[in-house]
Amino acid sequence: MATIARREQLRPRATARAPRFNSGRRRRLAYWVFIYAAAVLVGAIILAPFVWLLISSVAAPTDLLARPLRWVPEHISFSRYRSIFHGGQSSTADTFRASLVNSAIVAGSSVVVSLSVGIFGAYAFSRLRFRGRRATLLLMLSTYMLPPIAIVVPLYLILVQLHLLDTRLGLILVYCSFITPFVLWIMSNYFRSIPRELEDAARVDGCTRMGALFRVILPLARPGILATALFGFLLAWDEFLYALIFTSSTHAKTVPVAIAEFTGRFTVDFGMIATGGVLAAVPPLIIAFVFQRYIVGGLSAGAIK
Amino acid sequence: MAVLLLLPAAIVIFGIIVYPLLRTLWTSFFAVDSPFPGRYPFVGLGNYRRTFSNSEFWLATRRTAYFTGVSTLAELILGILVGLLMNVQFRGRWLLRSLVVLPWALPTIVNATMWRWIFNPEYGALNALLTQLHLLPQYRSWLGSPFLALNMVIVADVWKNTPLAAFLFLAGLQSIPRDLFEAARVDGAGPIRSFFSITLPLLTTTVLVILVVRTIEAFKVFDIIYVMTRGGPANGTQTVAYYAYLQAFSNQLFGYGAAIAYVIALFILALALVYVRLLRTEVEI
Amino acid sequence: MTGEGSLVSSRLTRREFLKVGGATAGLAVLAACGGGGGGTASSGGGGGGSGTINALFMQQAAYSVDDIKGMTKAFQQANPKIKVNTTFVAYEALHDKIVAAAPAGTYDVVLMDVIWPAEFGSKHEVMDVTDRYPASWKTEIFPGALETAEYNGRFYGVPWILDTKYFFYNKDMLQKAGVQPPTTWDEVVSAAKSLKSKGVVQYPLIWSWAQAEAVICDYAQLLGAFGGKFLDDAGKPMFNTGGGLRALQFMKQTLDDKITNPASTESLEEDVRKIFSQGQAAMALNWTYMFSLANDPKESKVSGQVVVAHTPSGSAGAPGCNGSMALCIAAGSKNQGAAWKYIEYLTSQKVQTQYAKLSLPIWTSSYGDPAVVNTLPEVVAVAKTQLNDMILRPQIPSYNQASQILQASIQKALTGATSPEQALDDAASQVAKL
Repeated sequence: MATIARREQLRPRATARAPRFNSGRRRRLAYWVFIYAAAVLVGAIILAPFVWLLISSVAAPTDLLARPLRWVPEHISFSRYRSIFHGGQSSTADTFRASLVNSAIVAGSSVVVSLSVGIFGAYAFSRLRFRGRRATLLLMLSTYMLPPIAIVVPLYLILVQLHLLDTRLGLILVYCSFITPFVLWIMSNYFRSIPRELEDAARVDGCTRMGALFRVILPLARPGILATALFGFLLAWDEFLYALIFTSSTHAKTVPVAIAEFTGRFTVDFGMIATGGVLAAVPPLIIAFVFQRYIVGGLSAGAIK
Repeated sequence: MAVLLLLPAAIVIFGIIVYPLLRTLWTSFFAVDSPFPGRYPFVGLGNYRRTFSNSEFWLATRRTAYFTGVSTLAELILGILVGLLMNVQFRGRWLLRSLVVLPWALPTIVNATMWRWIFNPEYGALNALLTQLHLLPQYRSWLGSPFLALNMVIVADVWKNTPLAAFLFLAGLQSIPRDLFEAARVDGAGPIRSFFSITLPLLTTTVLVILVVRTIEAFKVFDIIYVMTRGGPANGTQTVAYYAYLQAFSNQLFGYGAAIAYVIALFILALALVYVRLLRTEVEI
Repeated sequence: MTGEGSLVSSRLTRREFLKVGGATAGLAVLAACGGGGGGTASSGGGGGGSGTINALFMQQAAYSVDDIKGMTKAFQQANPKIKVNTTFVAYEALHDKIVAAAPAGTYDVVLMDVIWPAEFGSKHEVMDVTDRYPASWKTEIFPGALETAEYNGRFYGVPWILDTKYFFYNKDMLQKAGVQPPTTWDEVVSAAKSLKSKGVVQYPLIWSWAQAEAVICDYAQLLGAFGGKFLDDAGKPMFNTGGGLRALQFMKQTLDDKITNPASTESLEEDVRKIFSQGQAAMALNWTYMFSLANDPKESKVSGQVVVAHTPSGSAGAPGCNGSMALCIAAGSKNQGAAWKYIEYLTSQKVQTQYAKLSLPIWTSSYGDPAVVNTLPEVVAVAKTQLNDMILRPQIPSYNQASQILQASIQKALTGATSPEQALDDAASQVAKL
């Protein structure tokens, strides 16, 4: 509650609703029409392929091959979704269900770990002066720059020796190694954009550095943290090459690998891939939806003066 | 103090991969042609020389540079437009913001397969749409010629990645104090003018972040090529990371593949430094 | 703000240097001691055959996951001392997984494609099992099948899933145009021209010429039919002359004559099946799997009209492309005895006959067995001769590289970027350097 009160102090409410264009009711109307039209257009472009995916997931194979293409398929059936949720007959569906769980656990844990260590590191990069600061940041970021293919084989060997092959923990460790640099960098820049004066004020009041971090900086940086968290989650959710090579069973197989297996040596069951895709998009979507309510607010430099 | 704060991050980042990183670097100095450890001929910088003198590598680099440049630029421009849109307070904004995450939430594997299917020359949805709208006289091939295929892959990649740019811009826009716009309005500046003189300069940080992140990702691009075109047609979409994969895994030339991978990392590093120099902002790298 | 932009000149401080240097030294020690993992090919117990083994298979092979699990269960019941853990991966991942796992010995039994024995054998990633072969096998197994796991006269596995590309045609369409089913490639061309001019179908032929191994399979069949060879006896490329050149010219000609669907250059086998099944092609080459699907009303508009036949012949013969797969003992296996027993069981005549509906047996005598013949009579009738007449893609350790070079060159010729002669000459000179 204290943090909210403080936020209110810092952000003036007065100018929240000023529209960009000025003067004239007609102008305002044109503006809003433009905005809504743009929103609809953007929404349509984003949705169109996804809707096609949805359609494909319930269409019969022959419908997808119809010419001319009918946008509403003749035979709609939810059998693919049913097979995934009721499983039993098809081990592919079982594998997919297990992979959803694996991906959620791996991505979630990776983000939690990366954020935790990343926030401390980011604080150090943004607030402390020390020798080799730039070089260290560069060094850490450069691991993110190396294509995964470079280290797959030795990494495989290490995981084998640590008995972490085909385990979720193994994947989490690997994912954290490339999500953390990213978190470090984005968060350190974000922290730097928060004025020091706020923190200094808190420390004058008796806070330690860490206290200031938690009580002043983090709440203000919440949008940035959430955005980074979402991004990190998606990085992990999406990762393919490492998961492909390091997992082989339902113990740790993730969603991208499971979906890739809907493709046989020759056959491509696009309906099934579409079904998998729709289901695979749901958890990130839910998370994003929940978070988008919180990616609001920001700083107002006016408060400092 | 700094060391203490950075130690956990360092352990997480380097703990498990520092050995592979060094091992791969070591491997790049030998002519390694199998995954087994053992004695291999030492070639010093031979693999690197081979990389730089290989025309296939440079072709792949050119393609990757094109891919990176075009897709990053598109994502920047579209991202800021969508970000601006999401920043405006209108009813149902929450819906737009949720939708914008969709392309990004879709796993690359699915995204790539979906677009491959949409671009199918015989049954694809794009062909169907364009012919039904009479914009195209008949079905045509989209992934059948090298340069066009590369551009279509860019379309798929931009569709998927613009949401990231949009959200980063949204976060950036949110932190611009409103009174700046008030002041500009009072001074008589129109919306376009205030965009270019107030918004854009203050977003330089965000632009740089997006540039760096997307450049890194685009230069490393592998998954979408692997699923959508496997480097074809006629090597038209063979990017430099895919080329490295072919050498390292398909051809089991681990030494050569390692050298290529490190060269890629060097290119990316150089690019990132160039960006920072050019944009000269508060951003630290 | 002085140093803000000047990162290029920022050097590592001494502290950083020591940190990194110390870490490197420490890890070099680690690397020297333990990093190697499974080691080389010679390790691994021979032994009586007990313990736990790990087997790597492909998803959606001719046998489904459940089929293979069924076979494994029966095997474990017959061999109570051996336990088998099965893993299934996508085909694309198979090669990479075998390579990555080789030093670590993760798997004991792996499934191998016909184009890999040279690569895996020469690098000792799979075991040489020639000495385990009973003498009878060399006569009882189809000769075409035996070649699947052979390299330099040694066997590196046991053939298990046989496959080759057959010639499929739509008998109704041919009837409508009044052409006889073609048996030579020249007849195929004239039949196609007839079909086109009579308006039966716009593009009678569809092929899988996308930049992938698929195009090499089609090319190989034509090369063999026209009497060409990939490599001469000294191992130097000669596909740019004679039959090899003729094959590519043939491919390009059919595109120029517009009897081949232009989508062929981006099509894989599945696209061929779909286009054929939608009635948009009259003739095509494809693997065994297409037959059942093309005749399945749920998947195809032309069910009941599809005929499978022997590959058309050129001047020198009518070989089909060998697309089989073999079971091997992985090099790092610590339980090779048990692994061999498992392989023996899976490839035995009894098991192969039991599952003949999904993949035809490797045993010559099975083809007279009614149980086998009745599974897919039309296919078996053709398979008996086609499986004995197969062409192998070059068995060289650097096959993958050669294939990539050839794929790109063929594509360049087919898209018209260069002439067939130029494309193949370029490919030959690059392959010669490997």
